[in-house]
This record gives sequence, structure tokens and C-alpha cells, in this order.
Amino acid sequence: MAATDVLHTTQNSALTALAAPVQLRNVVRQFGQQKVIDELNLDIAPGEFVALLGASGSGKTTLLRALAGLDAIDSGQLRVPLARAAVFQEPRLMPWKSAWKNVVLGLNISNPHARALDALAEVGLSHRVNAYPATLSGGEAQRVALARGLVREPKLLLLDEPFAALDALTRIRMHQLIIELWRKHTPAVLLVTHDVDEAILLADRVIVLEQGKIADEVRIDLPRQRSTAQTGFQAIRTRLLGLLGVDSAAAHDTAEAPVVQDNLRRFANVR
Amino acid sequence: MSEKTLDSRSPESGFLIVDKPPRVDTNAGRKRWKAPDFVVRLLSPLALLLLWELASQTGLLPSRVIAAPSQIGGTLWAMIESGELGTHLWVSLHRALLGLSIGVCIGVVAALVSGLSKKGEVILDSPMQMLRTIPSLALVPLFILWFGIGEFTKVALIVTGTTFPVYLNLYSGIRNIDPKLIEAANTLGLNRRQLIWHVILPGSLPSFFVGLRYSLGISWLALVFVEQINTTAGIGYLASDARDFMRTDVIVICLLIYSILGLVIDAIIRTLERYALAWRPTFARN
Repeated sequence: MAATDVLHTTQNSALTALAAPVQLRNVVRQFGQQKVIDELNLDIAPGEFVALLGASGSGKTTLLRALAGLDAIDSGQLRVPLARAAVFQEPRLMPWKSAWKNVVLGLNISNPHARALDALAEVGLSHRVNAYPATLSGGEAQRVALARGLVREPKLLLLDEPFAALDALTRIRMHQLIIELWRKHTPAVLLVTHDVDEAILLADRVIVLEQGKIADEVRIDLPRQRSTAQTGFQAIRTRLLGLLGVDSAAAHDTAEAPVVQDNLRRFANVR
Repeated sequence: MSEKTLDSRSPESGFLIVDKPPRVDTNAGRKRWKAPDFVVRLLSPLALLLLWELASQTGLLPSRVIAAPSQIGGTLWAMIESGELGTHLWVSLHRALLGLSIGVCIGVVAALVSGLSKKGEVILDSPMQMLRTIPSLALVPLFILWFGIGEFTKVALIVTGTTFPVYLNLYSGIRNIDPKLIEAANTLGLNRRQLIWHVILPGSLPSFFVGLRYSLGISWLALVFVEQINTTAGIGYLASDARDFMRTDVIVICLLIYSILGLVIDAIIRTLERYALAWRPTFARN
């Protein structure tokens, strides 16, 4: 079911390329002479989950900030939905507002309290509705931030390393939660991450950014629920690590990537 | 209940060995009576007071140096009963609060103007920064020439002293709001009015309270000073009058009043903070 979902999405994106919520054409962003984003073209289909990998300084965060409307671009065309939300590495909650007030901050709706309760229940925080951010754990605060983003029903959800500061166990739970919420709300997602495993576990498509350009992209057709023990996972991981310039023992496997991908598809269908 | 630590000459030297028997709660069932904390705390001040009284009674401390506690107590009671103390206290309190509230208002308005707008900063900030370096008590001669020696000068001096701490702290509080929170507010689509109301003002409130505390301290200091120049009422007048008659008991009473008022106002601010800053980690975790 999950696999067909993904397939459906990809076919859909081919058909409705014009309706892609995110469209970037020849986007350039430069600081002085250095082009941080260099003639970048990128489409994200409705409901597609895209992960953005890249070494530090490859322009990932700059790109995300441009999409979030926090930074301007210097040239090129950029189209993003206005209904967008961002979750950053730090939860960025207003410390002086309780969890539920943070969730509906800036929303002009008739019954904010009820909406906030629903959103917090979705992320499993019904019991912390009135808590101040200072009393929340890192994972709880990040879930409030997620609820705050999703309550706006965004067409595009931007995630800037949102799980990087969490402990390993919390991160696993957050991965499951984010997939659940993504399925339910169906926003297009752009996840910026350093973590290759995370990218493979979550995304439909992984884009590797290098010096402001797309170095390569890999479509992940592994069926969900994904796990690192899944057949084919390691092959994708090795390939991505190779693209990121990490010499793993099996770096030469990258050359056989197409074969590996064939295998993957087969396994995905068997499931 | 013994802790056994093997000495270094034992064969196991190089280890710290702790071997404690399990704890037995001997107090289970009955609670031993213990004097409350504040009673224990009162013991040493009371002892000091007793020594002071003894020294006065034996003539070791002549009353022109300092009056005996018993005499001070008697005078205090007499002053309260005759209503003398109440009248003077009211006059002082009125001065301090009037000056303080005007000063704080000016400071807040100025900080908002220069903190929230670039133009306001250009126009207001540098004169404020220049003026703040003048100690307000140094303005006394000028103020007396301008406004005479009446009530206006006294309140004006308290105003000038209390404006700047509030201005400086609130201004820096506004300017030092975490830019990440401002960014978050922008991605949430807050407009400027909402940004000021939901993010900037609550975020700078702690700094405002710091300024308010400073201002309170200064208002008290200024009060003591201005009430000694030319007054016919107020705690400061009481003190300088007592000086002329060598009434050390009255002087001590005035000092006492000043310190009690300081404590009371501090307690009020503390309560306000507890309420207004309930979200701060120190308060929120309790």
C-alpha cells in the first residue's frame, strides 16, 4: 500500500508538473563573489517528501531559508506556496506562551483553543497543553513546533534538521510521527538533514547538493515502514555517502547503482 | 550507621571502599519537634539587640552616639500613636511614588520609541545616552535655580534618577530579542503589530523589571537626599530635624522606615515578576 502510494505520487507529479507547489528555475544566491546557490532548478510535487543532503556549506540551509521567505534570492524564478510552514533545529517557541498559545500564534480563527488542542493531540501532547516551553523536553518542544507548523495546513512543510538535537530514541519516534503526520496532512515536505539514514528512511527522493548545485538525486522506492535493515537500504546508503565524498569500504558499489536500484524495485514489489 | 573506609595500608590499597548498612528510619511514626527556620534565624539578631541594650544601660554606649533599643521602641510607639510618623511617611511615600511613576513612564515611552523604530533610535538614543552619564544628584543646584526649593524640584530629581535605568534596560531588552524568535514569527505570518505585541514586548519584560528594580533603589536614594535640603515634612525632614536636637532614637527610626519601605517595595516587585514572568525557567519549573 505504501509502495503504491509513492508510485502514485511520482506518476502524479509527472502529469501535473505545472501544479508543482515548489518550482525553482536558475535560482542564484550569492554572498560577495561566492555563489551559495548556483543556477538551481528544482521541482517538488504536491505531497512529495524530499530530503536535501549535502556537506556543510553546500547551500542546503540557504535554499531552505529562501523557500521559507526568510532570505531573498539574487536572480532566477522561485515559486512556493504561501501556505508554508517551517520547523527548525531549535523549536523556536515563544517562551512566554503556553504550548497551545504557541501553536495558534498568529492564526486568525474563531476557535483557536479547540484547534490548538486538536493539533497537540495529533502530536501526542494532549497532557502538556498549558505547559510553558521551559518545562518541555527537547522532543516535546519539537513536537509543539511541528503542531504549530501543521495547524496552518501548509502546502509546503520545511524542516531544517529538526531532529538533529534530539537523542537517538526520541529521534526514532519523531521519524514515525513525521511520516504519520505527512500522510494525514499531505503537504510537500523539504527536509534538510546531515543524516543519510534519516533521509533514506523518510524521503521519496533524496537530493544531494554540492556547491549550490544538485550533484545527484536518488529516488527511494523502498516500501514503508522503512528500516535500516531493509534490503537495498545499505546500497542506497553507500551510494549517497559516496556522493557526499565519504569513502566507505564499499564505495566501488556506487558504480553498480543502477543494478542495485533494479533489485530494489523488485523487492519493493514483492512486499 | 558507620562508614568503613579501608586505610591505604590494607591489602586492597588503591580502592575506596564504602560499606554502609541499609538505612533504618528511626523517626518513622513520630515526628520530632523542630523549631521553625525563622525562629532560628531570629536568634542572632535578638542576641545583638540584647547586647546593645546592655551596653546602653551600663553607659558603655552614650545616648548621643546611639539610643538604647528600648528608648527607640518607646519613641516609635509614641510617634505612631500621635500620628506624626504616619503623616511624614505619607508625604515621603507620595513623593517617591510620584517621581518614580513619572520617571518609569518616560523611560518606557522613550525605550519603546527608540527600540521599535529606526528613526526613533536616531533621534532619541544618543541624547539619552549622553544624559544618562550625569549623576542626577549633581543637578540639584541647577534645579534649585530653575524650579526653586519647592516640591517640584524634589520630584523632578527623583524623575531624572529613575528614567534612565528603565530606558536603558528596556531598550536593550527590545534590541536583544532572540533573532531566531523574530524569524519564527515571520514564518508564522505575524504582522508588525502582532510581532510587537506577542514577541517583542513579552520578550523584553524581564529587562524592564531589571530596570524597574534599579529605578526603585535610586528613587529611595534620591528621596533621602532631597528630603534633607529644604523640607517641612517627610522622613528625611524628620531625620534632619532630629539631628539638630541630637535625637539619635528618631534618626534610627527614620533609617528603619527607609529600609522597611525598601523591603516592602521589593516584595511587591517580586510578586509582580512571579506573575508576569511565570514562563521563565526558574518560575515555570516549580
